[in-house]
Amino acid sequence: MTYIAADLQHDYVVVEESRSPGGRTLRRLLRRKLAVVCLSIIVVLYGAGALAPFIAPYGYAEQNLDISFQGPSLDHPFGTDRNGRDLMSRSIFAMRTTVVVTLATIATGGILLPLTLGMLSGYRRGFTDSIIMRSGEILSSLPGLPMLVLINVTLRPRFVDWVESLERRVGTDWFTDTGFADYFLIFFVLSLFGWVGGARLIRTQVFTLRNADYVLAAESFGASTWRILFRHLLPGVLPLIVVGLSASLGAIALTEIGLTFIGVGIQPPNPSFGALISDGAPRVVFQNHPQLLLIPGSVVAMLILSFNLLGDAVNDVITSRAR
Amino acid sequence: MDGLAGHILRRLLFLPVTLLVVSFATFYITRWGPGDPIRVYTAGGFSDPEAIARVKEQYGLDKPIIAQYGIWLQDVTLHGDFGPSFRFRDRDIPDIIFPKMWVSMRVAAYAFVLTFLIGIPIGVYAAVKRGTWIDPFLIGVFLFFRSIPVLVLVPILVLLLAVNLDLVPAGGFDGMLSTSMIIPTIALTLPGIAGVARLARTATLTAIEEDFVRTARAKGLSEYTVIMRHVVRNSVVPIMTTVIGLDLVSLIEGALFIEILLGIPGIGSFIFESVKGQDYNVVLAIVLITTTAFVLANLLVDLALIVIDPRVRAGQQELR
Repeated sequence: MTYIAADLQHDYVVVEESRSPGGRTLRRLLRRKLAVVCLSIIVVLYGAGALAPFIAPYGYAEQNLDISFQGPSLDHPFGTDRNGRDLMSRSIFAMRTTVVVTLATIATGGILLPLTLGMLSGYRRGFTDSIIMRSGEILSSLPGLPMLVLINVTLRPRFVDWVESLERRVGTDWFTDTGFADYFLIFFVLSLFGWVGGARLIRTQVFTLRNADYVLAAESFGASTWRILFRHLLPGVLPLIVVGLSASLGAIALTEIGLTFIGVGIQPPNPSFGALISDGAPRVVFQNHPQLLLIPGSVVAMLILSFNLLGDAVNDVITSRAR
Repeated sequence: MDGLAGHILRRLLFLPVTLLVVSFATFYITRWGPGDPIRVYTAGGFSDPEAIARVKEQYGLDKPIIAQYGIWLQDVTLHGDFGPSFRFRDRDIPDIIFPKMWVSMRVAAYAFVLTFLIGIPIGVYAAVKRGTWIDPFLIGVFLFFRSIPVLVLVPILVLLLAVNLDLVPAGGFDGMLSTSMIIPTIALTLPGIAGVARLARTATLTAIEEDFVRTARAKGLSEYTVIMRHVVRNSVVPIMTTVIGLDLVSLIEGALFIEILLGIPGIGSFIFESVKGQDYNVVLAIVLITTTAFVLANLLVDLALIVIDPRVRAGQQELR
């Protein structure tokens, strides 16, 4: 598709080739320097997390008690912790936890559930709408964080038992070795509470879209509900979801870190920024070895700031396009 | 008015349904959980199976979960009795919970007010200075504060203010007029400012382009009067009312970590201890009380909005 955009700053008109509205939005986003910086930081950190086993110089549980509490050096650029574990490697593996938890949660609780439930609710209305929206209302009136803590504490032992019995039947140790149960619980609970806001937004948008001519035309051809939802309504509501994604990624990352910090999230020895921060936070440790708190703390702050700034930029680009 | 009254009545009528579903789900989750309240009750003091069976029978813990829920529901609805606490045996649950909530409310009070007192002027100022470096700089600075996890912020504040400068105690709570309020207030306020400021900025930017603002300028009012009397009152105030509910939620969530980190005996650290200590009835009571408070607070916000903003009253703007 060819479209014409007036670049007022440089006082000329450009003709751009772009395949889709999404491509256009991305192009506008990439014209903003700050957005590009944020995106690069996120890509580098997520890349490091995804490739953790290949780029981390040491393992996350590799101890050497002779070199505990060392400051930064060439061998250990971030220094070492109480057990002589390399802080840089642990940070990289902690980033992997963030990558897994945020991406899994955003895919389900940030995209799939709000899209499906929101569109279904807005398109079908009536009984389906009532059930979905009332469930959402109940979920959103609960105190979120205490419920996350409660569910994680009470369901964990049951779930771990269940996973272990599954392992025995299949004959593998993979789930226990990777700490699958912890990751899954956090992802499950965050998704369960995360879909409501997005679904409400989408539902309202679908209310206006469902009477559009192209939807009525599709209905008159006898298209199925699911076809109408995903072929005809989806493109109209997708921008609504995209606007919030960046900020939610940050919020999800912070929640996982918080839960792990108070001991109900990812369990040791699996690394998480929550565990790193809680190792570095006690006053005596922080006074004598401030890098143990400040380094993981800065990485997290940098990531969250990038998500927030990028979210603002995406918001600007998409809303200015809609205007 | 019919639509609005109906809206509020519907939400009020739905509250009991919410509480019923929430109580059943929470009840089931807690009873299904690990361990056994008897272990907590006896604190490992006696392990005579007969004695344990007797205590179980006394609290109805030998019955199926559904039956236990039925008994609990009856006690709550008919007698207002939330059941026994397994950790604090001789005290009624409301007597334990409400003092803790009172502590949390007082700890969060300054932050709640300060977030708006700082956030709104900053947002309005940033909007007025749009196009200069001040606007992105201000918003950027407060986004940065919002991005520091409280888990990192609190230890830094404690080291700086309590250990190095020795100005404030490193934890605890001695009333609203003591220096023990300083660290929690900073830690609760700083992250919240960015959100309020951003909304105030957007609201101001929209309002500045309105006709009545141009009229105000045209009749020769000073820029200050235009902004304060016409822009702020017409756009910022109604929008802020809708955020108060959200802000309340984020304060309660932020308070959980801050209370745990600073050893403040509030409801946040208390629910955490109760969950870990398997004090089921207490957890259940806290969840129900906070849920009711959330729903009622949101309704009050809607009502306040109707009172403040004539556009909502006339049905021109929709409530959530």
